[in-house]
Amino acid sequence: MKTINLIKIAWKALQRNKTRAFLTMLGIIIGVASVIAMMAIGEGSKQSIRNQISSMGSNMLSIMPGSDFRGGVRRDNSESQSLTLTDLKALQTKSTTISYISPQVNGGGQAIFGSNNWPTSIYGVGENYTAIRKLEIASGVMFTENDIKMAAKVAVIGQTIVENLFGDGTDPVGQTIRFDRIPFKIIGVLKEKGTNTFGQDQDDIILAPYTTVQKRILASEHLRSIVASAKSEEIADEAVEELSDILRVSHNLKADDEDDFHVRSQQELISTFSSTTAILTVLLVAIASISLVVGGIGIMNIMYVSVTERTREIGLRMAIGGRGVDILMQFLVEAILISVTGGLIGVLLGIGSTLGVSTYLRWPTSVTSESIIISFLVCAITGIFFGWYPARKAAGLDPIVALRYE
Amino acid sequence: MDKTIIKIEEIKREFLIGNETVRALKGISFSVTQGEFVTIMGTSGSGKSTLLNILGCLDQPTSGIYELDQVAVKNLSKNALAKLRNEKIGFIFQSYNLLPRTTAIENVELPLYYNKTVSSKERKERAENALNLVGLADRMDHTPSQLSGGQQQRVAIARAIVNDPVVILADEATGNLDTRTSYEIMALFQDLNNRGKTIAFVTHEPDIALFSNRTIVLRDGHIIKDNPVDNINIAAEALQKLPLEEEL
Ligand SMILES: Nc1ncnc2c1ncn2[C@@H]1O[C@H](COP(=O)(O)OP(=O)(O)O)[C@@H](O)[C@H]1O
Ligand SMILES: [Mg+2]
Repeated sequence: MKTINLIKIAWKALQRNKTRAFLTMLGIIIGVASVIAMMAIGEGSKQSIRNQISSMGSNMLSIMPGSDFRGGVRRDNSESQSLTLTDLKALQTKSTTISYISPQVNGGGQAIFGSNNWPTSIYGVGENYTAIRKLEIASGVMFTENDIKMAAKVAVIGQTIVENLFGDGTDPVGQTIRFDRIPFKIIGVLKEKGTNTFGQDQDDIILAPYTTVQKRILASEHLRSIVASAKSEEIADEAVEELSDILRVSHNLKADDEDDFHVRSQQELISTFSSTTAILTVLLVAIASISLVVGGIGIMNIMYVSVTERTREIGLRMAIGGRGVDILMQFLVEAILISVTGGLIGVLLGIGSTLGVSTYLRWPTSVTSESIIISFLVCAITGIFFGWYPARKAAGLDPIVALRYE
Repeated sequence: MDKTIIKIEEIKREFLIGNETVRALKGISFSVTQGEFVTIMGTSGSGKSTLLNILGCLDQPTSGIYELDQVAVKNLSKNALAKLRNEKIGFIFQSYNLLPRTTAIENVELPLYYNKTVSSKERKERAENALNLVGLADRMDHTPSQLSGGQQQRVAIARAIVNDPVVILADEATGNLDTRTSYEIMALFQDLNNRGKTIAFVTHEPDIALFSNRTIVLRDGHIIKDNPVDNINIAAEALQKLPLEEEL
């Protein structure tokens, strides 16, 4: 029989039993809708994390003292003092993959202006820090190489500091604030950056030359970290390798010594966080898939009922020339039609509920075409898989017995 | 000379039920030439349906030769048998076997769906013609539940002739119908026979057999009689003679 006729016949058969067909589809509809919605929510949060991390500079590399730490627990304390200005020099002179590099030291304390004070952190950094972290100057200027050489007591502050110290509307540029009793002249203000994925206020920040912070506040030669930016996002991984090699030489590490530092790219950070959401997504999708399987079993059940109900029809079709394969295809197409129609409704419902979630709950979502294609394929396969046995039972009937069936 | 449509020789059919062998047909031979209207008679259990199923290529004999339209049926594959049924045979059943909730025309079209050489346009036309022939031109879009038993059987007859078969096989086609309607159906069969259709008609009612031109009588799997009908009844005339009370 021609395929188009098969589909027509199957469609008519379903229309004769609309309610039953719909109830049979329900499992598939719910399954597909939840797969689509779950994947959309998973993908949405993955993308929002990626976007936020990228906004911190997608080709940023950070070098931390101490070996790779897992679960946030840093090991040996001595290791955390392994980064020095010598390392910075080595990286500056030898690396070919990075465009900017800046050391970072930081300390906490009270920032005071007039009668206002605000507990915050001061970041001692290089002049390229803003370029690496994609920070922009709203007014004033960033300090220069010269300021660093001179260990000048100048600072660039974030919007949270402005709000808390200069709430009365005074222009901060040109004013002098105190941090840990050291006066810093404000030469620039950063543009607002907002809260990052980890809930950190990125505007609660004071930038000052690292030399100044090291000498005046920390009285320590060690660097908290070094940040750099790879020449491009594509070579970020290459840069990680290169920087590690340079540091191993600089630290006189032997071939079988473990790194006493750790270089990470943003990509790595993204994948760390993505993998967390990925696990969650897999779980959600697994649950949704179970309902697809349950839906499939529903189809199988109803197809068996249908084959039994239509035993005489099957006998008749065989008597007038239907081959086994024609009967098989008839029931298989019917099962596929149920599952694919259910899938279609499920996709629409999934997209609809995703829209609902993003509108009312304000969750980041993203319906991917892959999730639609995958659910659709899974539906068709479900139809074939669960329709196969009932269809084969139908095709295997003896026409004489089938015609006599009461 | 007229073409031989059915030729069977020493046909035997045995069923194995557990350890017991039921011998339904015990060696049957006859031929049917084109244009014959044969009734196969016999009491219940004499093997009529078993024989008809073999003639209709739905069942294979345990032994013996069967040639349909000069084609040896033995050793054909299942698919080849299906093709044979589709192209050369028209089946009519006691219980009509129409698809429920399906219009008359769609029921009649059904066999042509299994013939890839028939276009959808031709399929429609041929189904319409067949329904015209059985006198149901005005009932094409009615479903079986909207039709009387006689009308349903007419639809079934239209379905059996739509593929222009070499032989029409009917198993107790009037078994579910009252006398008047039976005669009407027999008039239709006689009409088809006059148009050249070969018919093998299973019945256990002697008066029905009188409308055919040859009677084969089975008993216990043997042919006990195979005679031409001397005085063929004309169904259209028999209808007129029926007492009017039957209509009430
Ligand atoms: N599928 C079968 N299995 C076992 N025995 C059968 C089967 N079909 C028919 N028979 C037996 O064969 C004999 C003839 O049956 P059938 O051809 O149906 O008779 P009729 O149609 O003349 O009433 C009966 O004894 C019946 O029980
Ligand atoms: Mg019988």
